[in-house]
Amino acid sequence: MSGYKKPLPKPDPVTAPYWESLKAHAMKIQRCNDTGKFFFYPRGLSPFTLSDNISWEPVSGRGVVHAFTIVYQNRDPAFAEDVPYVVAIVELEEGVRLMSNLVDVEPDPEHVWIGMPVEIVYDDVTEEITLPRFRPVRAT
Amino acid sequence: MRALSGKVAIVGVAESDQIGRVPDKPAIMLHAEAARSALAEAGLTKDDVDGLFTAGISTTELGEYLGIQPTVTDNTSVGGSSFVIHVGHAATAIATGRCQVALVTHGESGRSRVGMPPRVTPPDSLRGQFEVPYGLPQPVGAYALACSRHMYEFGTTKEQLAEIAVATRKWAMLNPKAYMRDPITIQDVLNSRPICWPFNLLDCCLVTDAGGAFVMTSLERARDLRRHPIVVLGFGESHTHAMISQMPSYTSFAARQSGKVAFEMAGVTHDDIDLAMIYDSFTYTVLLSLEELGFCGKGEGGAFVSGQRTAPGGDFPMNTNGGGLSYTHPGMYGVFAVIEAVRQLRHDYVDQGIRQVPDASIALVHGTGGVLSSAGTAILARY
Repeated sequence: MSGYKKPLPKPDPVTAPYWESLKAHAMKIQRCNDTGKFFFYPRGLSPFTLSDNISWEPVSGRGVVHAFTIVYQNRDPAFAEDVPYVVAIVELEEGVRLMSNLVDVEPDPEHVWIGMPVEIVYDDVTEEITLPRFRPVRAT
Repeated sequence: MRALSGKVAIVGVAESDQIGRVPDKPAIMLHAEAARSALAEAGLTKDDVDGLFTAGISTTELGEYLGIQPTVTDNTSVGGSSFVIHVGHAATAIATGRCQVALVTHGESGRSRVGMPPRVTPPDSLRGQFEVPYGLPQPVGAYALACSRHMYEFGTTKEQLAEIAVATRKWAMLNPKAYMRDPITIQDVLNSRPICWPFNLLDCCLVTDAGGAFVMTSLERARDLRRHPIVVLGFGESHTHAMISQMPSYTSFAARQSGKVAFEMAGVTHDDIDLAMIYDSFTYTVLLSLEELGFCGKGEGGAFVSGQRTAPGGDFPMNTNGGGLSYTHPGMYGVFAVIEAVRQLRHDYVDQGIRQVPDASIALVHGTGGVLSSAGTAILARY
């Protein structure tokens, strides 16, 4: 029995391949083959053309922080003990944006900045669900 | 669109009997009290009402509670902007003869949570899958995320955001119905408890219990009613997203569209606006709305609100009831922005010194809903 007490996503038939890709630690998102553009969240058709001509593609897992907040107060008991923490909108190299948390960084506006390069961390929160989180890209 | 301009009037407005903290009344009673008082102010009865508009609850529930069977029913429910959007929908319905008297109501027990639905997001919903797992408090965290981007792109500061909270509090100090009436300074805002960076407590709206309602009819009929008619010159609406993670740009939103349409329909310019009621769920909501509505250029919102320009006696009277930040905000606020604009345009406060905007003849009301998701703009005028 998992000790994870926070709200978990429940995949649906359309989004399941996304969640399966995370579980496999190899994130995939969808691309519209009519326009060549990626999109997120997963849909049953292209939001650009409403076409079925879409496919699942692996992505690099790298991106930049597009926007962020530091959460200092959350009345939801599932998160109340975790403050402060960072919620960010990450823009992936493929051009889509998604919500996630930043890890391995001080939850402080002096240490997080817009444009900060980040990479995916696969967080296996239960046996069934892996959440994508992001950490700053370390200098090589 | 111009054919609809100036044909319909708002003829009665009211809050519920009490606002602020009302632990002894369920939300629907707050609707009902406001409806009763707004009709009484207009000199109409519930039997005159044939158009029913509300958000948050179903119009079927509202009609049942009040004993009204409408000819026109409109449950447009896109967040706190809904009631401003209802102004346009009701005006259209009346001007085209689909109904004669429209009643728009709102009521929420936001603080006491009496008779309110539980707040749940199913785990297989899109938000349940793609946002809820990351612990963003809603809606404050969503607006904070968007605001971070404005600060990055345009150098907007927390001090500039605080100007809005301080000026709005000064208006609240003139309003006996306002929930928060103690003076505050910019430093007080910056020193208040951090909630979600860049917002502190005083950047955020209140959570209260309150109801509000207004009544609309044709200008022709309005001339024979009790109060000075306030005509609807123009209106617009739009929306771009439901989840903050899907917002196309964090520094632009549907107000750009709703405002443009409303101004074109009204045939007035920004210089004609004597009073602006701009939905203030958070300080950033106001700053961004002012830019998107065209009162200043892109990125200039911070400079625009500086120097207490929107405070009593300033050259841009805004949120003169004390707004969602200091007067009342039960969860959705749009109806209260309409109510205050009507009272200012009727010169209801003419004996209350600077509380009355001098010679107010045209007002802009702007509602924002969801997480900068939806927008409704209405331009009203003293007939």
